[in-house]
Amino acid sequence: MITVQDLHKSFGDNEVLKGIHCEVEEKEVVCVIGPSGSGKSTFLRCLNLLEDITSGDVIVDGYNLKDKATDINMIRTEVGMVFQQFNLFPHKTVIENVMLAPRKVRKISADEARKRGEALLEKVGLAEKANQYPSQLSGGQQQRVAIARALAMEPKLMLFDEPTSALDPELVGEVLEVMKQLAKEGMTMVVVTHEMGFAREVADRVFFMDEGIIMEENTPEMIFTNPASERTKNFLNKVL
Amino acid sequence: MFDFGQVIDFLPQLRTGLYYTLLISVVGLLAGFVLGAIFGLGRISKNKFFFVIASIYVEVVRGTPVLVQAIWIFFALPIITQYNMDSITAGIVVIAINSGAYIAEIVRGAVDSIDKGQMEAGRSLGLNKHQTMRYIIWPQAFKRMIPPLGNQFIISIKDTSLLSVILVPELMFQGRYIASNHFNAVEIYTTVALFYLVINFSLSLLLRYIERRLNY
Repeated sequence: MITVQDLHKSFGDNEVLKGIHCEVEEKEVVCVIGPSGSGKSTFLRCLNLLEDITSGDVIVDGYNLKDKATDINMIRTEVGMVFQQFNLFPHKTVIENVMLAPRKVRKISADEARKRGEALLEKVGLAEKANQYPSQLSGGQQQRVAIARALAMEPKLMLFDEPTSALDPELVGEVLEVMKQLAKEGMTMVVVTHEMGFAREVADRVFFMDEGIIMEENTPEMIFTNPASERTKNFLNKVL
Repeated sequence: MFDFGQVIDFLPQLRTGLYYTLLISVVGLLAGFVLGAIFGLGRISKNKFFFVIASIYVEVVRGTPVLVQAIWIFFALPIITQYNMDSITAGIVVIAINSGAYIAEIVRGAVDSIDKGQMEAGRSLGLNKHQTMRYIIWPQAFKRMIPPLGNQFIISIKDTSLLSVILVPELMFQGRYIASNHFNAVEIYTTVALFYLVINFSLSLLLRYIERRLNY
């Protein structure tokens, strides 16, 4: 589903990604952990070209993102993204948030989009909030709407950029629950997270990133119980 | 001493003046809004050429008095272009160009103030840049534009009174004409002032209503 080869990314003189190699298989759940400033979010944002790539190759669903012939808008319809700050559209109701992209990009009818949107809100447990505005919801509810909004495009792959970091602790669980459900249904997911419990329980593989590279990748059991690198060990000691 | 009753005799002229004041304000500000939207986007454009053109426009207009602009467009421009504009057209052009520059800054500020995450969320869903601007950024930016736009509309409506110097038969022009012929400055200029006050206060109320309607 994703192949990344020697990905570099610089902001001016500051090289943030220093040669990333990785593969993500279909239906796989990968959690990306690591200290802040290690390039986790930048790496994730390169996977749908929210950051342009300085050098290297990123191949998503068979399309090389660097290829000029690749239609990035088409790729993005296949790649859902969930942000730390939710980024719901505040001037639209919950159901309108979910319906917008299917209507305007996929060009499906309003009825169809509404039906699909209502089913997705049901799925994230927010059917009764359909006609409210984002500002009337709690953070956890907003993030669940953001997940439903991304799912409305029926993506093949979902990216999560620290989806619970902006939430009050008591609201983290409801969002992780929705993500767990999604993983169970076989969605391919790349999740940048500080939730080690989630990574341990749900991930098929964990990437530990530091200083702009993937230092270590392994199954959660191996990473959490028997980390190979000293840096991974240090990091886990601090966060666990 | 003062005879406000006589104002009734001059209402036809004042009504003509009011008509031109409103005509120039409405048409000038509509055109100004279009100019403002275009050049406002120019001021946030990554296209260097568009950015420079927009910046020059804004700086030239902001850096010169509207009275000078009016006189230049009516008296100087025809000499350069060999094309004579009637005073009403010239008046509309002055208001459009002048308000356009200020509105460009209002548009730039409002669009800039929308969180970057909104554009990213739109793009990540597969909407192209144009669609994201149209469905997500603009509606939010527009709401933030309303108070400063209202301010600018009111300033521009008052600026139309300066167009009397280029012989636009608007409210102030009519007032001056009447007062100098009938020696009733107090009655006429007070009435003229009231006309402007009523226009602008109505506009204020309308904008407040629109802003409330757009609440979310």
